[in-house]
Amino acid sequence: MIKFFQYLGNSTITNFTKLGRSTRFLVQTLAGMFSVLPRPRLLLNQLYSVGVLSFLIISISGLFVGMVLGLQGYYTLSDFGAEESLGVMVAASLVRELGPVVSALLFAGRAGSALTAEIGLMKATEQLSGMEMMAVDPIKRIISPRFLAGCLSMPLLAALFSAIGVIGGQLVGVGLLGVDDGAFWAQMQAKIDFQDDIINGVIKSMVFGFVATWIALFEGYDTIPTSEGVSRATTRTVVNSAFCILGLDFILTALMFGDD
Amino acid sequence: MIDMQHPHTQDTLVGLFVAAGIAGLFFLALQVSNLSSFSAKESYTIKANFENSGGLKVRSPVSLAGVKIGQVSAIGLDPQTYQSVVTMSIDSTYKNLPDDTTASIFTAGLLGEQYVSLEPGGSDVFLKNNDKLDITQPAIILEKAIGQFLFKAAEEKSE
Repeated sequence: MIKFFQYLGNSTITNFTKLGRSTRFLVQTLAGMFSVLPRPRLLLNQLYSVGVLSFLIISISGLFVGMVLGLQGYYTLSDFGAEESLGVMVAASLVRELGPVVSALLFAGRAGSALTAEIGLMKATEQLSGMEMMAVDPIKRIISPRFLAGCLSMPLLAALFSAIGVIGGQLVGVGLLGVDDGAFWAQMQAKIDFQDDIINGVIKSMVFGFVATWIALFEGYDTIPTSEGVSRATTRTVVNSAFCILGLDFILTALMFGDD
Repeated sequence: MIDMQHPHTQDTLVGLFVAAGIAGLFFLALQVSNLSSFSAKESYTIKANFENSGGLKVRSPVSLAGVKIGQVSAIGLDPQTYQSVVTMSIDSTYKNLPDDTTASIFTAGLLGEQYVSLEPGGSDVFLKNNDKLDITQPAIILEKAIGQFLFKAAEEKSE
């Protein structure tokens, strides 16, 4: 019994300590952002490995998610004789929810895990300590450029996901199932609001990009420097990112679309 | 074969990626959303009091002879008359509306959304910005109509 309470208290303290460490880490990373600006090469390299390399999986997933939405939406809507609203359905669900959320989950799996493993291995092979020995701040040199690249890439990837998804929905709905092309686009344009839907979707994806990159970098930086520690940290990145993205999505949706 | 690790290739790919992302945003803004349909267009507002505005919402279409000429920009309540005040913004291209134009609220289809339909009158004076329409016809509330119909049918039976 006593053991149980010991365990409970211990894990509570550990978790709060970790939260505190991660917040301090975030503040340091943000402060290190200014030293990235004079060295755009660092940022460019990271944009390549975080953004460009995630491009393919995001665009192919977007295409298929849009196509499935077109197919499923058509069967449901045709029961009510409302096939013409297919465009609205596909675009609204992509722009508001699926675009930001699915691309953030894919981003956490594709780019987040890679970031954690990379930085974790740097720590395990004492490259980070080596930098400190040479009076190079690893936060400024390694972490901040990656963080900035993640925050910049995520909204672009989510926008691409939604745009390609809408085209996928159009391919299936108009091309395959024979929904009228004009009605597909016209109803979409009439119902999707730039401010309420598109901008809010972009804000969502920015928040998700921020959180997913933060978690990935912190788990890598905070890893136990062994091969097992790195593997655990990578798993935690994907799991925690997924939790945070889905939880935040609920809160953001309630805030943004609550009174409509 | 292109060397993927070469700095110049990376630069190009990053550039392509950023361009594609921005193109995606533009596509969403211009092709998917309503940004292209009402931005930059000049419009003027007219108001109309309705006894009941039913399920009319902000951004519901305003049409004349079936052509969309504007949208509802605000719906409020007149505290004196307890009537609904519907403010509509009309595209400036259609500025020659007579001042005895009537406004009615109709439903598109049986279960479709409600919209304001304008019917031009015969006056020579045109509506100006912030003018008010005098003749209006309230929304038809389906439940009310069915209720009245049933009530009437029951009355006829008992006679």
